[in-house]
Amino acid sequence: MSSLYHPTVARLTYRALLGRRRALILFSLPGLLLVIAVAVRALSGADDQTADAVLGGFALATMVPLIGVIAGTGAIGPEIDDGSVVYLLAKPVKRPTIIFTKFIVATGVTVVFSALPTLLAGYILNGNGQQLAVAYAVAATVASITYGAMFLLLGTITRHAVIVGLVYALVWESLFGSLVGGARDLSVQQWSLALAQKVADNGAVTSEVGLPAAVLLLLAVTVAATWYAGRKLRTLTLAGEE
Amino acid sequence: MTTIAIDNVSRWFGNVVAVNDVTMNIGPGVTGLLGPNGAGKSTLIGMMGGFLAPSTGSVTLDGATIWRNEAAYRQIGIVPEREGMYDFLTGREFVIANAELHGLPDPRAAARKALETVEMDFAGSRRIATYSKGMRQRVKMASALVHEPSVLLLDEPFNGMDPRQRMQLMELLRRMGEEGRTVLFSSHILEEVEQLAAHIEVIVAGRHAASGDFRKIRRLMTDRPHRYLVRSSDDRALAAALIADHSTAGIEVDASGGPEAGLHIQAVDFTRFTELLPRVARDLGVRLLTVSPSDESLESVFSYLVAA
Repeated sequence: MSSLYHPTVARLTYRALLGRRRALILFSLPGLLLVIAVAVRALSGADDQTADAVLGGFALATMVPLIGVIAGTGAIGPEIDDGSVVYLLAKPVKRPTIIFTKFIVATGVTVVFSALPTLLAGYILNGNGQQLAVAYAVAATVASITYGAMFLLLGTITRHAVIVGLVYALVWESLFGSLVGGARDLSVQQWSLALAQKVADNGAVTSEVGLPAAVLLLLAVTVAATWYAGRKLRTLTLAGEE
Repeated sequence: MTTIAIDNVSRWFGNVVAVNDVTMNIGPGVTGLLGPNGAGKSTLIGMMGGFLAPSTGSVTLDGATIWRNEAAYRQIGIVPEREGMYDFLTGREFVIANAELHGLPDPRAAARKALETVEMDFAGSRRIATYSKGMRQRVKMASALVHEPSVLLLDEPFNGMDPRQRMQLMELLRRMGEEGRTVLFSSHILEEVEQLAAHIEVIVAGRHAASGDFRKIRRLMTDRPHRYLVRSSDDRALAAALIADHSTAGIEVDASGGPEAGLHIQAVDFTRFTELLPRVARDLGVRLLTVSPSDESLESVFSYLVAA
């Protein structure tokens, strides 16, 4: 089998993701976003500025990276931890195929649980006024792809992937990114905002990074992380050996 | 007919040498890899299974390097020691997934056959999370057998199994060996290995200590000098009588009254000495208060083998 996608690997991965306790977080965060959206709309009516604050401040800055951490690291970390990855590795399946399949699943799950709710919340908040709902959903989608690759790599190289991922997502993306100028240039959130800026009405969304640079960086990080994860998996020395 | 050749293989982790210049060939039939815990058995099996690169030397399957060679898994079935195995699946789903990963033309039929072989078809629709240790082990076996490999590698397969499950698995492995498959299993229990394996490889502290059939290994193990700590109502009288017999090689009298006080006896003929001691004590009218082997741990048995 020379294709880059293996349906069995995909099935095992998404069943693991949606079957464990992590699934609760996968469902609760988007649920929270929708509750906030409905509450805000009911209490203060449709308002573009509030919509921008909720979608940019909570959905893209916090929810997308968190879901990305859970889906990305969860797509491979627990298997390496408990040793069950042996059953994938001891097969005539190319290691890059395993990684690429898991990347597709992690990204898909992140899109479904973050980009889709973002779109929905946007419509609830202000009925897609100034194209905000679509713009942020596009940003969430591209961010999902890059996060998927980054956190999958993290799950492959460290046993503390969730912690490291959370620190990155919360400290770097949410906190640092909004306080320190330099950090913003190196933030998946800002890169994806560059696309949102393009989609939304003029001036409704702003990014620190220009569109060409943003696209280039998103692509580069995604490809490099996926490639490196495949390489790591090829020479994975299983934990728990003597 | 498949042979795994291990050629001058060493493997170290940082400064720790786990496997030290081992050379052996594993051919068809059942081979037991015997050694105390931490001897390097798992490291060796890891290299045979392609999960670890040898630091030096080569591990090959009919001449083809196993490390970084996914195609080798068409011929190898692996039963890992660790428990992790997709607990959220049913046993059948798990074995079918393994069959699909092997790219078998009819994964369902192959899974059914494998589950029947390990007598687990009755529980195939239960989730693995609900299985007992022995059932998990059998489903692991089914997943390793599903593509009918010519080589089967099992790391401590009998750990935690009850006697009945142990018998069943032994029977199964014996059958696999008779069918001409190359079956290798590791264990730190001599009795386990000699019941099942026609051929035994002993590994101690990373070194290849002995190789042969179980009679040879057993003889090496029982013929070694045994050390005993004996306390009695008259240590010196007992010592004098015992040293007169050629089954003892040396006796040290420790009259210090400390925790190790008593007679430290080195016996060279195990069987003879075990008959001699009670007879001499009875004839002398000496009461035996303590008779305890002071080096019966498996590690000391094995370290004797290495020195031999």
